[in-house]
Amino acid sequence: MSDPQLTTVEPPRTDDAGDGTAHGTGRTRNPDENAHARRFSPGWIVKLVLVGLVDALGVYGILAASGVQAWWIVVFLVFALALVNWAYFSRRAVPAKYLVPGLIFLLVYQLFVMLYTGYIAFTNYGDGHNSTKSDAISAIQLGNQVRVEGSPAYPVTVVLQGNDLGFAVVQDGKAVVGTADEPLAPAQGATVAGQQVTAVPGYQVLSFADIAQRSQEVTALAVPVSEDAADGTLRTQNGTIAYVFAPVLEYDAKTDTFTNTQTGVTYTASDQGYFVSSSGDKLEPGWRVGVGFSNFTEMFRNSDLSGIFAQVIVWTFAFAFLSVAITFFLGLFLAIVFNDPRVRGRKVYRALLILPYAFPGFVAALVWRGMLNPRFGFVNEVLLGGAQIDWFGDPWLAKFSVLLVNTWLGFPYMFIICTGALQSIPGDVTESARMDGAGPLRVFRAITLPLLMVSVAPLLIASFAFNFNNFTLIYMLNNGGPQFVGAPVPVGHTDILISFVYSIAFGTGGHDYGLAAAVSILIFLVVGLISWLGFRQTRTLEEL
Amino acid sequence: MATTTSVEPRSSAVPGSRPRASAPVRFGRWCKELGWRHLVGVVTIVFCVLPLLYVLSASLNPSGTLTGSNDLFSTISGANYGALWSKGFGDWARNSIIVAVVTSIGTVLMGAAAAYAFSRYRFRGRRGTLTGLLLVQMFPQLLAVVAIFLLLINLKDVFPLLSTNSLPGLIAVYLGGALGVNTFLLYGFFNTVPRELDEAARIDGATHAQIFWTIIMPLVTPILVVVGLLSFISTYGEFIIAKTVLTSSSKWTLAIGLYTWASDERNAPWGLFAAGAVLAAIPIVLLTLFLQKYIVSGLVSGAVKG
Repeated sequence: MSDPQLTTVEPPRTDDAGDGTAHGTGRTRNPDENAHARRFSPGWIVKLVLVGLVDALGVYGILAASGVQAWWIVVFLVFALALVNWAYFSRRAVPAKYLVPGLIFLLVYQLFVMLYTGYIAFTNYGDGHNSTKSDAISAIQLGNQVRVEGSPAYPVTVVLQGNDLGFAVVQDGKAVVGTADEPLAPAQGATVAGQQVTAVPGYQVLSFADIAQRSQEVTALAVPVSEDAADGTLRTQNGTIAYVFAPVLEYDAKTDTFTNTQTGVTYTASDQGYFVSSSGDKLEPGWRVGVGFSNFTEMFRNSDLSGIFAQVIVWTFAFAFLSVAITFFLGLFLAIVFNDPRVRGRKVYRALLILPYAFPGFVAALVWRGMLNPRFGFVNEVLLGGAQIDWFGDPWLAKFSVLLVNTWLGFPYMFIICTGALQSIPGDVTESARMDGAGPLRVFRAITLPLLMVSVAPLLIASFAFNFNNFTLIYMLNNGGPQFVGAPVPVGHTDILISFVYSIAFGTGGHDYGLAAAVSILIFLVVGLISWLGFRQTRTLEEL
Repeated sequence: MATTTSVEPRSSAVPGSRPRASAPVRFGRWCKELGWRHLVGVVTIVFCVLPLLYVLSASLNPSGTLTGSNDLFSTISGANYGALWSKGFGDWARNSIIVAVVTSIGTVLMGAAAAYAFSRYRFRGRRGTLTGLLLVQMFPQLLAVVAIFLLLINLKDVFPLLSTNSLPGLIAVYLGGALGVNTFLLYGFFNTVPRELDEAARIDGATHAQIFWTIIMPLVTPILVVVGLLSFISTYGEFIIAKTVLTSSSKWTLAIGLYTWASDERNAPWGLFAAGAVLAAIPIVLLTLFLQKYIVSGLVSGAVKG
């Protein structure tokens, strides 16, 4: 489709011409006029407004990211803003003006996420390892608190400041107030009745009805007693009486250990991203650490997982290959059947054959899901007269069902392209083969098919690559089921690699992003290999 | 397959042709040569059309269950179509359309701009960038779905709008794939626009932006429409990233919403699903039929639909 000659006719001239005549030369000749025209042209104003908006957004992002100390984001934003402003305000960088928007999106949402996948694959990112070590330490301190023995009971008043809930209590005869972020501090001008605060300026006192409505938030609220987290927090179970809770685990930064103040057990930071006691008890949550190749070795070494993993790989290849093969041969067969000009109503046949292709794939998969329902589905109840075939429950039948539905979805496309390719095969070639005495089968095998393959093979490779990652069909039809019995992760007999990744990362059995990313890397390798084969077929690279 | 194009006099193949005497012979031959083709055709068409008729019938059946849907077209009522809108279908349809329209417009603009730069300018790193794009486009975005999700989670504190459970966040992710998929298609097409046109305009004092917007873009409008519509179709049906990013049901797209209905074993809102499926399918069916000739011509080679 592209014409390489055209692009290489005049390499050096265009660059100067593209920029030079428009701005550079014009500017040297009569700078005022040109500058004037540029400054107030509508296009220039649109550009100024757009770049201004991007800058504003970027600066906001830099401030917000510095606020949460997300330095990677800051670095990226500074770099991106510099790039954008350079591209749009420099007079040299004409190609950059056209490339920058797309490249920035590509950089973040395609390139970066691919590299990030690579990084995650070497960590234990996932449930229990979602954040950094310091986050884990404060979470452990906050999560492991018990009521301080013999601490007084404070009649508590639940107050609201903006959207933040807080507690007001009388401590040592003085009214104090605090929220989750602000430790208890003397409340100036508070009204006290007996042992209870009744009003605090700047805060709204919640009624019982309000407290009942937000009871979950109220019982979850922990107001620090002082700036030092070790002093504990004020908590309430019922919204009326609060107690002081103190962390039962004390963190010692020097030795990097937690000590249980009641039992005296010491928990040491391990390189697995956990605090572990000598008896092997772990504190939740842990933090994210690099784990080397263990995500990769787990797939092959963990006997529970590796057997299933091997089956998933085999099925993924089988599914993609069979999908392409079945749809292609069915499509080719039909194309040959209707390639005879004597067949009447070919147009009607073709129009109706194309319908499944035009139907959105996700809707079709869901319709088939209902039709193949073993108890109430159309196929069992009507077509098979009340048969009890468990289309999705039996591993082999489920695989058959997946292939059946994918055939329905895919053969019209193959039919279309094969029809096109057949019609482009010159008749005299087949004619002369027949003259030489070749039978119809021989003509097909030796002439038609090879010629057809020239134009169709790249499409078959693309179709293979597509089906290799056909998550929508697998997930929508049957969620990859039936499930493997005794698998350590939720995975089924019809799961392909990408749906396997999905269930490891987001499934019901917990989230193991590290392992999921490692499996993704393997898919990357396979897809890369397939595409490389495809490139060799089409020689696209030579046309650049 | 065996009797593909044997040379026969045309008239003999037509069934029911006038001379009665030899009718059985002719009919026999007709069966052998053409009749079986019609048989194959009818069987295939039943296979093709039955699921479509079934879902249409189920959508019109007020019983709303799988079992009740098995009598095709036994009762016809619009009840399911009426009930859809109070169950969130309107939200999903709106979200799907917003996401797909914005994504396809963004894809077309960014792809066309990039193709213009590659086609009309020679700059340092041009070949490298093109090769890089070619390599990157081999890997579909969905492979990095885990990393995309974690990236969006981490953006929560900085750009809440680009984080999870937000349509702009999802659109931004989709736009990340804009250059990879379409630049080559557009690049090839831009190269077919004669450079003499640009040069004439440049001599008349047009800026690069004027050339792009007023000369090139109008000339390549057909391919822009095709790219935009293909992007619309694929975004509309995209499932895995949308399902990962969008968590609350009011933000769902049609693919997620319909999946939830169809897989809901407890309430089994099959009638609702069928009605929603028919409505969701109509725009895509029309667009695909409209685009069919571009797909066949190999213009969008390898654009396999799911």
